Order: sequence, then structure tokens, then C-alpha cells
Amino acid sequence: MPRRDDVRKVLVIGSGPIVIGQACEFDYSGTQACKALREEGVEVVLVNSNPATIMTDPEVADRTYIEPLTVAAVARIIERERPDALLATVGGQTALNLAVDLDREGVLERFGVRPIGVNRRAIEVCENRELFRRAVEAVGLEMPGGEFATTLDEAEAIRERFGFPLVVRPSFTLGGWGGGVVWNLEEWKRLVPHALDASPIRQVLIEESIVGWKEYELEVMRDGADNVVIVCSIENFDAMGVHTGDSITVAPAQTLTDREYQNMRDAAIRIIRQVGVETGGSNIQFAVEPRSGRLLVIEMNPRVSRSSALASKATGFPIARIAAKLALGYTLDEIPNDITRVTPASFEPTLDYVVVKIPRWAFEKFPTTPPDLGTQMKSVGEAMAIGRTFPEALQKALRSLETGRYGLGGDGTKVVEPSRLSERLTTPNWQRLFYIKHALLAGWSIDEIARRTNVDPWFLRQIERIVAIEGKLRAFALEDAPDDLLAQAKRAGFSDRQLGVLLGAPEEAVRERRHRAGIRPVFKRVDTCAAEFEAHTPYLYSTYEEECEAAPTARRKVMILGSGPNRIGQGIEFDYCCCHASFALREEGIESIMVNCNPETVSTDYDTSDRLYFEPLTLEDVLEIVERERPEGLIVQFGGQTPLRLALPLAQAGVPILGTSPDSIDLAEDRQRFGALLAELGIRAPEWGTARDRDEAHRIARRIGFPLLVRPSYVLGGRAMFVCWDENSLDSMMQQAVAASPEHPVLLDRFLEDAFELDVDALCDGRRVVIAAVMQHIEEAGIHSGDSACVIPPYHPEVARHDREIREITSRLALALGVRGLVNVQLAIKDGVVYVLEVNPRASRTVPFVAKATGLSLAKVATQLMLGKTLDELGLAEAPRAAGVFIKQPVFPFTRFPGEDPILGPEMKSTGEVMGVGASFGEAFLKAQSGAGIELPGEGAVFVSVHDRDKAGLLPVARGLQELGFRIVATAGTASYLRGQGVPAETIFKVNEGRPHVVDQLLSGEIQMVINTPLGAPSYYDERAIRFTALQRRVPLITTLTGAASAVEAIRAARSNGLSYRPLQEIHAR
Amino acid sequence: MDSILALEDGRVFQGKRFGAVGGVAGEVVFNTGMTGYQEILTDPSYAGQLVCLTVPHVGNTGVNAQDPESDRVQAAGLIVRDGCIGSSSWRADGDLAQYLVSAGVVGITGLDTRALTRHLRAGGVMRGFLATDGSGAEAAVDRARSAPAIGDLDLVSRVTCERAHAWREGRSGLLGPASEAPAHGPHVVAFDYGAKRNMLRLLADAGFRLTVVPAHTSASEALALRPDGVFLSNGPGDPAVCRFQIETIRALLGKLPIFGICLGHQLAALALGGTTFKLKFGHRGINHPVRDERTGTVAITSQNHGYAVADEGLPESVEVTHRSLYDGTVEGLAHRELPFFSVQYHPEAAPGPHDAWDLFGRFAQMMAGGRPHAPAARLRSA
Repeated sequence: MPRRDDVRKVLVIGSGPIVIGQACEFDYSGTQACKALREEGVEVVLVNSNPATIMTDPEVADRTYIEPLTVAAVARIIERERPDALLATVGGQTALNLAVDLDREGVLERFGVRPIGVNRRAIEVCENRELFRRAVEAVGLEMPGGEFATTLDEAEAIRERFGFPLVVRPSFTLGGWGGGVVWNLEEWKRLVPHALDASPIRQVLIEESIVGWKEYELEVMRDGADNVVIVCSIENFDAMGVHTGDSITVAPAQTLTDREYQNMRDAAIRIIRQVGVETGGSNIQFAVEPRSGRLLVIEMNPRVSRSSALASKATGFPIARIAAKLALGYTLDEIPNDITRVTPASFEPTLDYVVVKIPRWAFEKFPTTPPDLGTQMKSVGEAMAIGRTFPEALQKALRSLETGRYGLGGDGTKVVEPSRLSERLTTPNWQRLFYIKHALLAGWSIDEIARRTNVDPWFLRQIERIVAIEGKLRAFALEDAPDDLLAQAKRAGFSDRQLGVLLGAPEEAVRERRHRAGIRPVFKRVDTCAAEFEAHTPYLYSTYEEECEAAPTARRKVMILGSGPNRIGQGIEFDYCCCHASFALREEGIESIMVNCNPETVSTDYDTSDRLYFEPLTLEDVLEIVERERPEGLIVQFGGQTPLRLALPLAQAGVPILGTSPDSIDLAEDRQRFGALLAELGIRAPEWGTARDRDEAHRIARRIGFPLLVRPSYVLGGRAMFVCWDENSLDSMMQQAVAASPEHPVLLDRFLEDAFELDVDALCDGRRVVIAAVMQHIEEAGIHSGDSACVIPPYHPEVARHDREIREITSRLALALGVRGLVNVQLAIKDGVVYVLEVNPRASRTVPFVAKATGLSLAKVATQLMLGKTLDELGLAEAPRAAGVFIKQPVFPFTRFPGEDPILGPEMKSTGEVMGVGASFGEAFLKAQSGAGIELPGEGAVFVSVHDRDKAGLLPVARGLQELGFRIVATAGTASYLRGQGVPAETIFKVNEGRPHVVDQLLSGEIQMVINTPLGAPSYYDERAIRFTALQRRVPLITTLTGAASAVEAIRAARSNGLSYRPLQEIHAR
Repeated sequence: MDSILALEDGRVFQGKRFGAVGGVAGEVVFNTGMTGYQEILTDPSYAGQLVCLTVPHVGNTGVNAQDPESDRVQAAGLIVRDGCIGSSSWRADGDLAQYLVSAGVVGITGLDTRALTRHLRAGGVMRGFLATDGSGAEAAVDRARSAPAIGDLDLVSRVTCERAHAWREGRSGLLGPASEAPAHGPHVVAFDYGAKRNMLRLLADAGFRLTVVPAHTSASEALALRPDGVFLSNGPGDPAVCRFQIETIRALLGKLPIFGICLGHQLAALALGGTTFKLKFGHRGINHPVRDERTGTVAITSQNHGYAVADEGLPESVEVTHRSLYDGTVEGLAHRELPFFSVQYHPEAAPGPHDAWDLFGRFAQMMAGGRPHAPAARLRSA
């Protein structure tokens, strides 16, 4: 079928900021879709609020709008751009919901925009459980029994009918938010009201529980001629009851006979036809009763999903790309399979390997949340590994996670508490794999473990194989371990580190012994077809077998080490940089070789780099690839901490590292060496000291005085970092900091109270420095830089006054460190003095934001510098000035962790970011808030409650609110202070003072915004209730004074003039 | 490493025994399906072949009594990357390794099956010798070289039924009993060249009364059964050696409606004056796209053939109705005047997708007097 000629200009909607449940996978799918559309000569208009994405690079679309994903903003963009069609299936649930809203509000009809791929009807069928149930039953299939409730009474009636256990699912929430499995009345009473609140339409589905059933997913594609193919089957290691996003998953399905699999396939095909997804990919989940094979349909996503990104990486079949082509009217048989080149996309990939995905959680960031898993997704990232067998893939996936594990135990780390074995097997939790292993060691039978965990015995038997090999290894020392046992262990995925622990030798000795015995990995290709056809794309994974298919070229080549699984503190920003390194290499005619293990990312797309190794980022795995490829250098400064940690050992092993030397990277991280450098350069830093124990800490505290910033060294994202205000709290903070990084000393810095902070990103070629941008943090010092909103250009008059000094400090540090590439400097200004807080001679989290704000692709330039070019040769005298105001606003996962206090501090907690673009600060801040899902009010009442030391600063904020016509309500102390200063303020009860109190008013919708700076321990519980209620009720909650001042300006901007919407291509047109 | 697979070109793979002790020669082929090992092992079309499965874990779901496609293991031997000991499936009543031992069939596990597959892709299918009895590499290579070529074997006679018999059993649901063909449906004589059970079951489900007859049944013997239609089954080996069967089909063509699958399709093509040729490494898997040239729709099909019908030499009266989207080879034929159609692939699946189940219904339509080339309705109710 020829492509439809009525589609010339398409609006693609992205998925917005990275949040739990929606991560880089939609950057991957959106980027693929944009590329596929443009190949067909279609003009692409893209809207996404997330600047850290590749898809929002100005080269990816024709018109790129980094704007809030709201009906108001997108309607304006549609009005301006007049696209013919809307593709909403590659931007996750966010894009799909937005498309429905745009349609419902008549925007699409008004401007003649047709949705392609999926229509509103199909979306609604998939979102509305009752319509979906009808569709499923119409084709002779079953769903779990259940009904909807919109009130507590209705819920009670349903509970009485079905009895416990029950699954509660709020309608229209992301990643199962607000739901869960309920086993008893107490849990029921806690969860159901919460679930009703979570649903934007106050509706929950209460279903009979199928906890413990086997769970499967099929990725299905349909074209306009009604051809349907199954791209991939995925089997969950964790049974029903654990959200798929939190489950260990395996592809292909391992425990189905052909008859069962084909029944499931038939069911998927019938459903996609019945639901009426016209073209594109869908994901359908099934549950299978393990003792009878009874098949139930669970749900369907009529769009590209997290699982389809995984399926694309697992099979080599680019689902989003093909979906975009199908939306243009092509049929599957007209689209070539890029990997084989000779066969079409109308086939079903077949795998001759096993893929294992393991999620990565961040429970350490949310200490009051129990680390248990349920129907609500909590993981922040995932790692995928490929092996020829399940044991091999499982152990590779475990070491890909970078959680300090090098396989399934036997690596010298203990997480299992034997006394909790029984309970930890029964309750799904993130360490259950290790408990399963422990149970096997403790002699539990497979049947008993299967009964407790509901994990299929086949998987358990595979784990038993790993345990058996471990047992054999323990009987030997390294030198007398037989070669064939070592080979067997390597085939089962054991790392050199594990072998070292088990054989009582250092990892390096194991490697040497192994190499002597000729036990080396080979690299096999992911080719969609199990070798039936030749693969033209070098998408490779390692395994221990006979034949190697790596076939390295003789070209000039550079290897890029990626950033591994997403986690808080290290996410898409680093993948963005790695992709740019790859693009730059390609432009230079140098072969790019990517190494990464995160299936969500653009960097692991098989056509981002010339060659892709889907491998764990450990020293062993990287060395083996280096050995095979012999690149002229490695790029380690773009992937965050993951590759940086490998830089020194790689350099020691003789591997050439491009750009800034590993020694300089280490110097900047090592407080003693860095302190000496600053002293030598005469650059001021807050007074500091390092302590290994309490006594030392107290000695330093006496020298420096309070407040102190306490933090462990060599950790990421401000883990276990605190502001310490007095002697009393120092001990417990020391204890936590030591626990977070026991091998390294704890750093104590004088905390610069009331300072404001700056981030500077710069480029250096070893001779000269170009400052790409100076960013001012909006929140005051003490908030982790990743959690602070920041603005380009800075607006504080102090910054302008110190501009030369800031630039000079940056230049001198960069030159002194011999930076070749990127450098990031964090500074603070307090009382007119500039202090250096930190220098990172590597890509920082702000690189993509700076690139979007200035139009300068600094990661690309940095790559060229690493290759030996100079800034002069590149003609880069000075960075372009930002044309307008650009604000980066972080996005937080607090709603996922209901027990956590949603305040900001030195420990980073945000998962993602959005950018607000405007002509003024107010406009940019308004859009940044809106992009982050916070709609600032235009009128009404504002509740204020601030710490005593913030009272003076509150005054201009309160005056501003008053001028804008807001009513101010405050607790007694703050209210009387404001009245004393001539600002009218109404007094309201604290929670324990009487009723109606502030929480009552929040609940009844009488308060439209909350300004609450943390008061400290005494009012902790009162404040927490306020903050939590605000969060739950989606009332804007501002916890810093500068944030409050910015909000006032934003509200003023919203009042005064219309907002402007311009694409990056216009903003940066020169 | 107690077992070896030796190829006629001298390449040897080491592995471990997975099945019976012994040594056997055969044509080494690979199948890329990820499910259905029990169906593959028992498919008579694999007679005389050493089957390498490209999916690494094999045996996970054990074996059961419902899935065999014939009354015994037909493949000469099994080659896998990781043979599973034990099983996990509510349907299982035994494990695969034991099943192979009981059947006296040799298997090998632990070898680099991907390397083997690539070797076969590059060099074409070849003779091999699979030994689990400690044979040396050199002897095994010799045994591979001295093995007869598959084209020289009369494999059909080995796998066909001994005598004519009635078949009424339809397909059973996973959770229910088998259906049964109506007692008064149209009568079809099914030539058994090595028929898979699911083919017969789906014919029964299409409403036919079946008489399954041995491959050496003559045209007059078949006609004496007074059938309303004739079905030509799948089977092993080179179609060109089946001269008697080709003659039989030639005598039946035009006399009554005929539907052929796989070997049956090839034999009919030869009977119509066409030619067949050996594919380099065959089509074996369950993900093969086949386009219906008249409607443009694509079915994902189950395939298992080492030979194919050539375009050249097909008479004008025969239309190529289906083609492989992998290599463009002929996947379906229909006669422009006579009531005949055939497909190279396996609409009965088992293992594989059910996309082409409707062909059995099309045969029923043809027998009811419908036009043989009418585009089939798409499968809606698999």
C-alpha cells in the first residue's frame, strides 16, 4: 500500500519529564519515530517539555517546541503550526492522555488535525476497564472478575462480593500509581480512599486477585491492511502481583508449550483487531494460571510502551520506527528489516539467546518506604543483559545494575538476613533473587521455594545451576581450579570478581589465569532471525562459546562508555551526552562503538552508533571488548559516574582514555588533592575537613563552626548528604554518611547559609576555555544542584557584578586540571564572596539543558576537543548567548512514596526535569512549573508558614501576592509578623490547635497554594501533614523562599500578557 | 564433552549427550522456531534429519501426550544449546531427555548451535554424524561422508501408514476434549506421505470424513473409495524421487478437488509439469512471512521444507498464489481451471501460528463448488 499522501506535516508529542513509569524509553521511541517520518519527507513538529532528550535536539525534528504538555500550550502550537496529523503513540501515557484531551476539547477538529496510528475510541477502550472488558469478552476471552467503584460505599459492596485478596486499581494513573493488592480490612481501609483520590476521575477498579499467576506480555504490531505480527513474547520472573515495571522479565517466554503460546498469540491478534488499533504497536498483558493454563487478559496499551522499548532492544526489531511508517500507510511487507536488509518487517523475530531485564530501585533515597514490591511501580531504571542462556543473562544483568553486585552472590557482598528468609521469599521485594539463592543453599526444595515465591520452577532450577557451580568452585583455589570448571562458570555468567571471591584470589589474577587458559568471550550478533540471514548491523553481546562474530573493522575507532541503568542522579542527561559523542565521531569519519546496558535509551538503539555492544559496564566486560576492538581511545567523561569509576583501572590496564586524564578526574574527586590545588591557585572554597569518625568530625566542627555540610565522598546524587545545624545531630549524620561510603572519608564543609549557587558548564581544549553557560540556582544553597531549579541567564545582580571572576575561576581551574572536553564548576556567592564548591571535569547533568538554551551542542564540541581539535580550529571564540530566559525545573517522585516528606535538601531526589522558555523570567518559570505538572493559581488563598529566619525574606513575596489579589492565610506567628509589617493576613489553626485547621482547608479546596519552608523538628508532623495533603490534592507546594518569589513573578507574567511559543529552530536562528 | 557432531565437510562440534547413547547419520538442518520441540521431533517430515534448534533452552516444558504429530520421534537426532533436565508445565507428563532415551533417539547439548547454524547457512545443509557413544572425531566425519544423501532415500515409505484407515478426531482445546468430524461430511481421501496429526485434525474440523491411505495407494485404489476430494499431505525427502506418487496425482488431477501441503504441494507441482529444486538451507521455522499474491495480505507461517517448486517450468494453467517474503520462492499454487490448490507452508501449524487455518475451510468451499482461487476470508476466530 503506498504511503498516504494526505499527511505532510505531523505533530509528535513526547512524554515529558522522566518520572517513575515513564523514562528514556520514550525518548528512544520518539526519536525513532521522528527520524522515520522525516525519511518519508514528512515535516515533523515536536512538542516535549524535557530538554534532556535527543528527540528535542533541533536536528531531529523540523520544528521543536520545548513547552509544557498541556492542552493550552499544545493548542497554541497546533494553531501556529497547523499540522495535518497527530502521532501520539510514541510519547507514553502522557501523550496519549493529551491527545484524548485535545480531541475532547475540540482542538483537533478545530484545526483539522487527524490522529494517526490510534484513534480516540481505541485509546478509550484500553483506558476504560469496562469497555475493554466488553471488547475482550466479545472475542471469547476472559478478564479477571471485578467492578468499578466511584465511592467508598460502592467499593464496600464489591469487596463483600469478591472477598480478599483484591486488587485495587485507580483509573487513569501512571504506572499503577495509587493502587495495590489488599489482603485484609486494615489495608483496605488505608488504600481505597487513597486510590479514589489518586484517580483523576475518582474511579477505582476492584478486581479479584490473580496474585501468583504467571504473567506474560506480547508486543503486537498491526498494519493498515490488517496484517498482524508478534514482535516479542516476554515472561515475567515475578508472578502477578508485582508491577511489570518492577518485575524481572525474560524474553522470549520460556515456560509455554507451542499450543499455549499460539493460543496467547491468537488472543492478542483478536484483541488488537477488536479494540481497533489501526496501525502500530500495542502491548497486551496476560495472566496464566500455573496449574490449569487458564488464560486471562489483563490489559493493553495501544501505543509504544516501556515493554516495547525492551522488546525492540531484545529482538533488534525497531517497533517505534516501524509504527511511524505504518501510521503513514505503509504495510509491514513494504518496510525492510534493516538488520537483514533482504527480508521485510512482516515477520516475527526469533531469538537464539535469552534476554533478562532487572529493574533498579532507589529505596535508599526514600528510607521510610518499605522496600517491598506490589502493583505500584517504584523502580527508577533498569538494566538488560543478553546471554545464550538464562543463568548467563541473569548474572550479566545483575552486574549491569551497578548495585555493587557482580552476579548472583558469591561476590563478597551479603544482603541476606537469614532470619527473614521465609518472609522475604513470600513478600516480593527487590532483593528476593538473593533470598532465593540463599534458600537453595539452605537446602529448601524447588517446590517449596516456588510455592512461596510463585516463581516458575523452571527459573528456580536455572538458579540452582548457578548455585551448584558456585559450590564446585568453592572447593578450589585459583591455580588448581580445572579449566573446564572455569569455562563452565563463565558460560553460566560468573564474573571474574565472583570467581575471585570464590577461589580466593584478586579479580585481576582470575583474569590472568583465565586468559592463560584461553577462556575468552566471543561476541554474537542480535539479528532478529537466529542467524537464518546475514546480519548487517553490528549489535553484539558477549558469551562463552566457539565462534566470534564481532568482525572488528580496521577503521579509526573510538569507544564510548554509557551510563548504565537510570537512577536518581544519573539518567537521561548522560545518555544524551553519549549519543552526541557518537554523532560527533560519525561526523569526523571515526567509527563509534557504544557500550551500554540500559534498554530504555537512544544510545542502545542499533543505529545510533556504528557498533553497539549491549554489555555490563564493568572493568572485565569493557576490557574484553577493548581487547577485541582495539579502539584508539575511550570516552569516559560522558556517562556519569559509571564510566568514571572505570577510568583509572582502565588507564592502569593500558587502555587509552580520550580527553581529560583519569588522574585529573581523580584529583577533582579527591578532597585532599583538590583542596591543595585550590590553595595553590588561591581560589576560595568553604572551609572544610575530612573525618573518618565522630571525634574527628567534632574536632572539625569546632574549627569550622555550624552549619556544616556533611557528605560521604565518591557517591552520586548527594546520597546521605546533610546540612548539620548543631552538635546534637552531627553524630547520626556522620553515622549515615560513613555507612554510605565506608571506604572513603566523610567530607565536612562549612555550609554557606543564605548563599546562592551557580553552575558553570564550560569547554576546554587545554589552552583556552569557552564558558557555555552560567546558571543560577533558584533555590538557595543547601538544595542538591540536581534538585534545584536553575535559570539561564542568571538574574541576581551579584552574578553580573562577579561575572569576570566567575569566568576566570572556571578558566583557571579547567586549565589547571588539563581539561580536554567538558568541565562543570559549582560556585556559591555569599556576602559578595565567590566560593568554589565543586569541579567536575566531565559532562554534567546540565549539558543538555545548556545545549537547548544556547543552541550550542557542547557534548559534540567536547568530543571534537577530545579527539585533539582546538577551540580555535572549531572556530569557537565564545558561546552564543541565550536568546530569552530558560529555566530547568526538576520533577520529583514524592507521590510514589507516600510516607516521604516532600521537602528538598542536599540529597537529590528528582527523577527528571523540564524546561520553561520565555521572554521574561516570570514566563519561563510559569512554563517550567506547568511543564512539571504544577499549575500556579491565578487567584484565591495562599497559605504561608515559614521558618523564623525566613520571615524577612517572606515579606516581598507576601506583598507581591497581596498586589496580585491573593488572600494570605498563615499560622499565628507568621500572620502576626506579616500584619505587623502592614500585610493583611488571616490567621488559621495549626493541625493541633483546633478546627477547621489548615489541612481541613486544603482538603476542602479553600487553599490554592502553599508556601512552607521547613521549620525543623518541633512542628515536623504538622508540616508533614500540610505538605503531604498539598501534594495529594495537587495544590502547588513551594518549600523555598526563592521558589516563592519566582512563583509570584510567574503569576504576574500569566496575568500581564499572553505566552509566546517558538520552536528552538527559531529561537536559535542566527 | 562426551558427544560430537561431525559434518561431512570435516567440521566437528563437541557437546554432551542429551538422549540415547548411540550414533546416527543424517542431514543436518536447523529450525528457528522458539516453541514446539516436541511437535518438531515427531513430525515425519524430519525423518532422516539431525535437527538443530536455534532457541537455546529446549525441553523447558517437558513432553506430553497431546503434542506429538505422529506416533513416534521421527527426527534422526536432536542438536541443542541447552537441553533442559526436568520440566515445568502443567501439561507435562515427562521430561525431554528421558523421552529421547525411551525413543532411542540421540541428542547432543552444549554446543555452539549458532555457529552451526551460520555454518549451514553459508555452506548449505549437509550430511552429519551425531555420536553420543564416545566415537572419535575422525571416524564420525567418515560416517558423515559415507551417509547416503537425503535425495537418495525413500523416506516416504518409512513414514507412511501401513494401511488405509478412517480419521474422525478433530482438534482438542487446551482445556477440553477433542472435537469429532460429522459422520456425514464430504469424504476426503488423504494421502499419507508422512502426515502430521494436526493436518488431519483440522481437516476433520473442516467437516470432512477422512480416509487416510498409504503413500503407495494408486489412483484407482483411491477413486474406488469414492471420495469427494483428495488431500496430499506433507512428508520427508526429495519430491522428485516419489515417481509413483507423482503419477498417482497426475491421474487424479481434474477428476476431483485436490488440496496439497508441503511435499503434497511439491508432488502436485511435479505432476502438473513443474520442477522442484533443493534449497541451500531450507525453510524451517515458524516466523516465515508468506504473501497471498491475490489479496496482498501476509500470513506468518510455519515452514519445514528443504525443496521448493521452481517458477520455471510451471505451466500457464498454474498460478503462483503465494510467495515467501524471505526469498520470493513459490509458497502456493492454484490451477486456473481445475479444482486444485496447494501450499508449501504448513497451515496446520503445530508448531506455529494459526494465521492460515482458513485454508482447510477453503478446501471445503472448493469441494462445495466454490471457485478455487477465491481469496480466502481472513482468519477471525482462531
